[in-house]
Amino acid sequence: MNNKKKIFQSVLPATIAACMISMSTGSIAADSNPIKVGVMLPFSGVYAGLGESTRNGLKQALKEKGYTIAGRPVELIEMDTEAKPARAPEITSSLVDNQKADFVIGPVHSGVAMGMIKTIKGKDSIMIIPNAGANAATGAFCQPNVFRTSFSSWQTAFPMGKEAYDMGYKKIVTMSWNYGFGKESLEAFNESFTKAGGEVIKQMLVPFPKTEFQSYLTEIASINPDAVFVFFAGGGAVKFVKDYDAMGLKGKIPLLGSGFLTEGTTTAQGPAAEGVITTLHYADALDIPKNKSFRQDYEALYGKPADLFAVQGYDAGQLIVDAVTATNGNTADKAALIQQMGQLEIDSPRGAFHFSKSHNPIQTIYLRKVVDGQNTVVKTSYAGLEDPARGCKL
Amino acid sequence: MDTSLFLVQLLNGVQYGLLLFLIASGLTLVFGVMGILNLAHGSMYMIGAYLAYYFTTLTDSFLLAFIISGTIALVIGIIIERCLIIHLYKRDHLDQVLLTVGLIFVFNATQSFVWGNDPLGVEVPEILSGSIKLTDIVEYPVYRLFISLLCLVVAATMYFTINKTRLGMMIRAGESDRAMVENLGVDISKLFTIVFAIGVFLASLAGIVSAPIVSLVPGMGEHVLISCFVVVVIGGLGSIKGAFVAALIVGIADTYASVLLPQISSMSIYLLMALILLVKPQGLFKN
Repeated sequence: MNNKKKIFQSVLPATIAACMISMSTGSIAADSNPIKVGVMLPFSGVYAGLGESTRNGLKQALKEKGYTIAGRPVELIEMDTEAKPARAPEITSSLVDNQKADFVIGPVHSGVAMGMIKTIKGKDSIMIIPNAGANAATGAFCQPNVFRTSFSSWQTAFPMGKEAYDMGYKKIVTMSWNYGFGKESLEAFNESFTKAGGEVIKQMLVPFPKTEFQSYLTEIASINPDAVFVFFAGGGAVKFVKDYDAMGLKGKIPLLGSGFLTEGTTTAQGPAAEGVITTLHYADALDIPKNKSFRQDYEALYGKPADLFAVQGYDAGQLIVDAVTATNGNTADKAALIQQMGQLEIDSPRGAFHFSKSHNPIQTIYLRKVVDGQNTVVKTSYAGLEDPARGCKL
Repeated sequence: MDTSLFLVQLLNGVQYGLLLFLIASGLTLVFGVMGILNLAHGSMYMIGAYLAYYFTTLTDSFLLAFIISGTIALVIGIIIERCLIIHLYKRDHLDQVLLTVGLIFVFNATQSFVWGNDPLGVEVPEILSGSIKLTDIVEYPVYRLFISLLCLVVAATMYFTINKTRLGMMIRAGESDRAMVENLGVDISKLFTIVFAIGVFLASLAGIVSAPIVSLVPGMGEHVLISCFVVVVIGGLGSIKGAFVAALIVGIADTYASVLLPQISSMSIYLLMALILLVKPQGLFKN
């Protein structure tokens, strides 16, 4: 009892003094409270690999600044979404309402993104999407406090339509899983391919996440189009590319895709991926100094090569660093912070980009071809491509 | 759809169905003899595939990987039965669900810890890597035909073992009256260990031979498990013959539905299951 009293007596004046100091300096310089950054990524389940890469990239950007921006430490609060949309509102709410996070970074999965946007709408936190490509996130559901450092589905597939026509393909079969990302990619491809003068003679939608492709491939063989455009990602992409090759189609009907077909999957696809042509806003082998230094640092930090998801996470980190630096550490005035973010140019490993009015990157899309198991850049397909942001009123 | 294309699609369906049988046979065998519903069956499929990947990379030989992985699967089966399942025989189905769902988590975590979360692939062994020209425009991968052949061999072996051997006789007896078999002096606990290990082995075998044509991803076992259940339920819980017929029906129906009725293809096999259960609530071959 006596001891406690003593401690209390010695601690109390110190506390009061500390309060007074912080009150007096608070009005002059920025406070030294931590900048709270909520991280909502899948750390378990099918998308765990993507979540891990994103977090690695994010941490790399923060580490470059010693986890301190404008004198304020950065505090990360990590939450596992398990890529389950049903969990999104609850986790978002705990970060935004209870933890009062300044920023919430996430998610990977578009379904989760929609749940997050609904919850964060009108709140005093800024959401930064490091992957989920649903067009609506910076389209019909766009919000002043929602930014995206990755891409819209539309951006990754639209340039390929024109490319395909320029390569001389007139009749094409398209195929993807029957879900948002896939359908949006096929629509964007269709839009530019038809406009150029080509014709999509059949669209095949496979129930998600089915990977038994034999019957579809048999049908493609019998239709015998000029080329095939597909959207598949991750494990499905590995299986599709291998099956396409095993059925003897690769030599006869060229395979085109949205970049995710060969992103992080070429090792598992092996020789079957050779020659597959895709469009995306990044390529591992991109010859830009920033990309080289980024990849070198990443490998030194984590002992494995960086991937697209790491780049997008890194840029989410850079966005926070640059914006909070620009406001001199002030995160209380969210309107000012948002305005800064909208004006920034991000020095990304994919090449510098800035944000559209709807807060989606205006960025360069590259035409890529798999050579020796790596996505090599054939050429710039579309410089400064802006998502049409259909339905966005910002 | 012309005749030749129709036939190629039939081949696709049969080939898929045979693979489904290989995966589902162990599940239905274990349930039929032991009354244990092993929800971790899909996990054993996954572990088989990852072991095949690991040993193919290590030894550079798919055949060696095949043998080593198969052996490990048998050992895993024996360990699980001796250490865990053995406590379940006198308990109800809810405890089985608890334990085997727990095993799913354990195997998923193990997979993620050992092999990471990125998709992995195994190359098709050299001698089976070609394709056969079926029609002017359609080629068929030899490896897929090899899998079908292997599935047929497994089915024939199971049929022979169950109907013509002493072990099979005990298995059949165990299915119909466990207490009587025990009273006749058969070591039922040894029989159970053998049957469970075979069940695990069959699931892993399916994983091993599928490894070169699927992508190895976390959670790959759960997707397979659902199709497995459809096959087992349509065929009649515990019936090997039922599983064989049901697997072929499901494989063929799924293949044609995806081509002819793409709008409903995602629910076609469940619709089929509902229809069959309406007519035969116990499944096709419930004894």
